[in-house]
Amino acid sequence: MEDWRKNKGAFAIFLGPASFWLLLFFVIPLILVWVYSFGERGPQGQTYLALSFENYLRAIEPIHLGIMLKSIWIGAISTAVCLVVGFPVAMGIAFAPSRWKNPLLLIVVLPFFTNLLIRTYAWIAVLRTRGFLNFGLEWVHEKANWLFALAGFPAALGEFVPLELLYNQYAVVIGLVYVHLPFLILPLYATLEKLDRSYLEASLDLGAGQWRTFFSVLVPLVMPGIVSGALLVFILSMGNFLVPDLLGGTDSLMIGNLIAREYGAARDWPFGSALSFMIMYPVFIFFVINAMVARYRTRRRAEV
Amino acid sequence: MSTLPARSMRRRRVRGTNPLEYLKRPWMQLTLLASFVFLYFPIVTLIAFSFNDSRRNITWRGFTWKYYEKAFNNASLHDAFVNSMIVAGTSTLVSTALGAMLGLALYRYRFPWKGTYEGVAHLPIVIPEICMGVAMLVFFNAINMDLSLITITVSHIAFTIPFVAVVIRARMAGFDVSLEEASHDLGASEWQTFWHITFPYMVPGLVAGALMAFVLSLDDFVITFFTAGVGSTTFPIKIYSMLRFSVTPEVNAASTVLIVITLSLTLIAMIMQSRWAKGRQE
Repeated sequence: MEDWRKNKGAFAIFLGPASFWLLLFFVIPLILVWVYSFGERGPQGQTYLALSFENYLRAIEPIHLGIMLKSIWIGAISTAVCLVVGFPVAMGIAFAPSRWKNPLLLIVVLPFFTNLLIRTYAWIAVLRTRGFLNFGLEWVHEKANWLFALAGFPAALGEFVPLELLYNQYAVVIGLVYVHLPFLILPLYATLEKLDRSYLEASLDLGAGQWRTFFSVLVPLVMPGIVSGALLVFILSMGNFLVPDLLGGTDSLMIGNLIAREYGAARDWPFGSALSFMIMYPVFIFFVINAMVARYRTRRRAEV
Repeated sequence: MSTLPARSMRRRRVRGTNPLEYLKRPWMQLTLLASFVFLYFPIVTLIAFSFNDSRRNITWRGFTWKYYEKAFNNASLHDAFVNSMIVAGTSTLVSTALGAMLGLALYRYRFPWKGTYEGVAHLPIVIPEICMGVAMLVFFNAINMDLSLITITVSHIAFTIPFVAVVIRARMAGFDVSLEEASHDLGASEWQTFWHITFPYMVPGLVAGALMAFVLSLDDFVITFFTAGVGSTTFPIKIYSMLRFSVTPEVNAASTVLIVITLSLTLIAMIMQSRWAKGRQE
């Protein structure tokens, strides 16, 4: 790497255009939303600039706070499920013979390249009352009933009642896990791949079992990958708008839906801005901490 | 102490497999298989049922193309597709150029506040899409710009630039700086060195970045949702309004078209990248 002062002209040519675009069409819009979040709503839904914390106070009113806590809760559950589902997959691929790695990764990543909307929509056909899952269950139920009849208990299980799987928070969690799984598997795979296997071999050779090795050696070593993947999944799940919109019901209104409503039908942009910054503040804080930790680590490494 | 390693050695020999080859274990294979079913079942059934000869998407009634015909003859769906192609094409051109320059600058130069700069520049990748969507809406409203294909394109460029930059930077990580030095030593100017040495090396990254930007733009729903105005419906927005109205095989057919386009572009990008990787090894 060279110092920017050595060739200021080239530096400006390379960095300038993208910086200009991102400043004008990303940073300034974000600042504008931030400024609006202190504004007031006019009678016709206009936005008046002001310096009021009214919108933030409204955001922590019980009804809105409940939705926010629900978003955090659903986000956390989805992240946990993603970890439980994604960890074995990442491990299986990372420890696979090298000629299998790329095909397996491709299998994991491919669905990720199909449209988010379509991936979410696809679950409607699976989960709805007359969907594939209920058909499968009905078939199992029928066969079980038949078996019971053979054993001399006709109609022991009664009529099949389809489960209400769609339009509730479970459907939202399933959708969020489905949509975000690759975000967890990929960073996890990357750290597992770089992991020095001799630590695991040492642990196994010294008599620790597979489980003990997993929890006392492997998990601490890949913690950075777990944390970065899990945080990304959490942020994206918590702020998701499409999945609860399509798969959720009245019990699973999330902050993303609330923001969309304030910007749409309710037309209260200052409040919507405050709500969207309620998601952004934690994201910012996390990245500042992350950067500080990284700087601290490199400085310590330099000292050593 | 000496007995412990010996015991585990024996255990390893008895099993006949390396204890770290987790993929050989049946429970691991089963877990992977279950995950793959989870990943593919919804999409595969969605595609399969776009060929189903029944209006009510429930049971299989035989193969048909008629929902594709219907989708192709649906004028508004057709317009939405054309709009999507215009937006994705234009934003890919601009964001590949700008993102490539950004990636190259971040790869090459050390400058004050670089960490902060990178953090801000990569923010569009990590913040929830809805935050970016409403930000763009607020911005265009503040400067009195009517929502149209232009506002969609501008937003798409903004959110795809960092993705392209990441791809270019990853490509440049393998670049041998001594090539540039040799070129300078042989009397080439800065500009000549860039066009004859650095740029040709970047090309695979440019292609991969461009395909990524195209797919991201073509697929985007949330940001487009907030920046699209009357008459500037894109393909995903159209699919959304169709499925809000009613879930029919026609929606499946339109979705399948989009899946096929994005998947084939992605596969092309992947195959090209792996070819280049092989070429480099040789």
